[in-house]
Amino acid sequence: MNARTALTLFAGLALAGATAARPETVAITGATIHTMGPQGTIQNGTVVIENGKIRAVGASVPLPASVRRIDAHGQVVTPGLFDSYSQIGLVEVNAVEDTEDAHSQDDRITAAFNVADAINPRSMLIPVNRVEGLTRVVAAPNPGKSLIAGQGAVIDLGGPGDRPGDYLVRSPAAMFAVLGEAGANLSGGARESSILRLREAFQDTLDYIANRRAFEQGDRRPYLLSRLDLEALIPVVKGELPLVVGVNRASDIESTLRLAKEFKLKLILAGAAEGWVVARQIAEAKVPVLLNTLNNLPERFETLGATLENPARLYKAGVTIAFMSGDAHNSRNIKQEAGNAVAYGLPWDAALAAMTSVPARIWGIAGSYGTLEPGKDADVVIWDGDPLEVTSFPTAVFIRGKAIPMTSRQLELRDRYKDVKNPLPPVYRKP
Amino acid sequence: MTETLRRTAFGALALLLGFAPLACASSSALSPQTAAPEAARSGAMKRGEKPSQVPFTGPASGVESRRAGESAYTSTYQPLPSQSVLITNATVLTAAGERIERGSVLMRDGRIAAVGQTVEAPAGAVVVDGAGKWVTPGIIDAHSHLGVYAAPGVEASSDGNEATDPNTAEVWAEHSVWPQDPQFPLALATGGVTTMQILPGSANLFGGRSVTVKNLPARDVYGMKFPGAPYGLKMACGENPKRVYGGKGRAPSTRMGNVAGYRGAWIKAAKYRADWAEYERKRQAGEDDAEQPDRNLQLETLAGVLSGDILVQNHCYRADEMLTMIDIAKEFGYKVTAFHHAVEAYKIADVLAANGICADVWADWWGFKMEALDGIRENAALLQKAGACVVIHSDSSEGIQRLNQEAAKSMAAGNRMGMNLREEDAIRWLTINPAKSIGVDRQTGSLEPGKMADVVLWSGNPFSVYSRPDKVYIDGALAYDRNDPSRQLKTDFELGIRDTREEVQP
Repeated sequence: MNARTALTLFAGLALAGATAARPETVAITGATIHTMGPQGTIQNGTVVIENGKIRAVGASVPLPASVRRIDAHGQVVTPGLFDSYSQIGLVEVNAVEDTEDAHSQDDRITAAFNVADAINPRSMLIPVNRVEGLTRVVAAPNPGKSLIAGQGAVIDLGGPGDRPGDYLVRSPAAMFAVLGEAGANLSGGARESSILRLREAFQDTLDYIANRRAFEQGDRRPYLLSRLDLEALIPVVKGELPLVVGVNRASDIESTLRLAKEFKLKLILAGAAEGWVVARQIAEAKVPVLLNTLNNLPERFETLGATLENPARLYKAGVTIAFMSGDAHNSRNIKQEAGNAVAYGLPWDAALAAMTSVPARIWGIAGSYGTLEPGKDADVVIWDGDPLEVTSFPTAVFIRGKAIPMTSRQLELRDRYKDVKNPLPPVYRKP
Repeated sequence: MTETLRRTAFGALALLLGFAPLACASSSALSPQTAAPEAARSGAMKRGEKPSQVPFTGPASGVESRRAGESAYTSTYQPLPSQSVLITNATVLTAAGERIERGSVLMRDGRIAAVGQTVEAPAGAVVVDGAGKWVTPGIIDAHSHLGVYAAPGVEASSDGNEATDPNTAEVWAEHSVWPQDPQFPLALATGGVTTMQILPGSANLFGGRSVTVKNLPARDVYGMKFPGAPYGLKMACGENPKRVYGGKGRAPSTRMGNVAGYRGAWIKAAKYRADWAEYERKRQAGEDDAEQPDRNLQLETLAGVLSGDILVQNHCYRADEMLTMIDIAKEFGYKVTAFHHAVEAYKIADVLAANGICADVWADWWGFKMEALDGIRENAALLQKAGACVVIHSDSSEGIQRLNQEAAKSMAAGNRMGMNLREEDAIRWLTINPAKSIGVDRQTGSLEPGKMADVVLWSGNPFSVYSRPDKVYIDGALAYDRNDPSRQLKTDFELGIRDTREEVQP
């Protein structure tokens, strides 16, 4: 388990690309650069990318001898965007179950369920999303029959890379679980049961850690979970691996905070539609929150307090927030989440940070991603306008220093059909 | 959300994160229906012939006048009290093709009175300084399920799909609409939506009649019902009907089964229509053997399509299926008014343009099911390029709040491929074109003198993510004002929910 973690973690940092798109040396000049780091925003600045890394950023940067220069005057440069809750890599067509691996109906596997075993780096969803500026996501499991959905991973959208698992930036990145109405539904219909079940799982894990030898000799009381699941929960109860809990009602958030305190868990809240109601407690507990701005409906009784101002109110209260799409096909619309949060009170910089530098910290990859600073992975996007605007698109996207091809299945369909008068039947038309 | 999807990623994710269901896209909430409405006495609804002069101006409320014996199920909508309003100095998108910088719009007696560069303020008119702001017609959603899939989305309120038979042309959406759905005020305050067509879901080949409403919650749906709007008939192609009924071990279970289902129904409808025509002929000629046929609510609706009174609103994703549906319409002599969702419409944009069929599309939904796999961002733009009637619709209680942003994405995608789409083009996708798609384009949908004064004053360019409705007027009356506490809407459902809904608006 831990060995695997370390392996994939470092594999993710390795340089990839002996094939077609080798990391090149590139200088992006003349742009407005939002570094999201200590250098802030630089007007008419330059970013130099070399060997997959950012080599230099600044208003006046000496260019290497052999460099491809991209004139980005009038354009905007940001770090690649990050979706903190996605199913990219785990699904092609939601309703075609053969292509959907985000959850399992096998209740014998809960915590041990690990998305890293199913991620498809060749998914058709990846090009569709990355040409719009998304470069990394958390590929997260969904609950099937268990409160504990399993382990998610941070992946980049650069494709397969040269070695197996190159796309795994951090795996596992977190354990995922659910409480509130969904948790109750999975636990016999009551919230009390769901909290008890989680508590039992954590207690069993602690007991298992202390009595592993006795367990293996068949000399210990039975546990709720299987051996594999208990193993997977060890880093959670040790406070090493974050536990992401999907929860919405204010009182459910409070219950979750109490549970996390009881077991000293490293908690992340997801959803938190009524988070603003208990913003002070969340801030005091220093628990980050993953938000879906556009989910502003009293869609269920647990979201009666949903509002578009949730991100702004949480931010103002000092809560660490990051955006999530909760989607796969349109994870690319993460920037619309951010833009709407700004329309409803969130500072612009905080909104961009909630898709770049903040998730980098939440997911423990701030050393290599999240800001445009020398030495970090070159996830860099050049935008034709304000990156939070729904009318802006990237003109170029780099993932770990590689310029990704600005094409996708969707763009090929577009080009095939853009001229319906073409006498050649569509099946022969090459975009 | 379908039973299938409930079990898979969407559903589980929705459970986890609290997303709204995709009502029609995935054939929402096929849970067992409670209390199907025993519909209706009068099915003989006539399509509105002229822009309605709303008749209810006196103290007699609609409810009372209906009690007093007016025909059933008719609109009792009355506009809010209004006074003359002149918005000045704003960027005006008329949706009639014009963009007027520093222009003015005058509303008087519930109607657009004047639009232009300079308009004199009549005595007593309220003058609103629109400097830096934009004015558009009220946003129109041609595909909504508000009220029939109300929030909270509990099973008790799941009233959008009468999924008990592939042909339920006899049901009317208006008999499911809950006017206390808190999603109506959100669509108004966040989305600037003034009119919407509320449709039954897409589980069935024939889902039932739609109802078009003004977005002003009233005591019942009739108090919202758009005066003179025609009914629509919801039809559905493709995966949903065949999955729902195939899953029950009955027809249709294939696409060819779907088509056999449509055709069989139209054959019966044609005969029903002929029988009634024959009866009417004999009755008027005074013939002794004139025998009145039995009324049949299902066939009455289908016959209404054949006579042109009811508009076909056809959920259909794939290009080849849309072409088949056009053939069926030709076979039985009716017209498809609009294809909804129409994810592959860009593949047949020329045919849709030539046949005068609106394509009501999303900006970017794709991939949630097989028939949605080929969705592209440029769908609307390519349709526009071919000269077709483009509508951006929502099918979503989230999306209805941001139709302007969805159109903005589509416009920008077109421009990314070298088109030169402007705001004055894209505004039509949200106003006059959906009005046409639901048959109310003579009454509303553009800022032209004599039309209903359904108007949004935006804080900025409506195609920016940062812009919000500052004021929304419906029939010339201020229905929402971001800065006026007396113009905030709160449904019955939202009362007394401690500190949550209190501070929630917008």
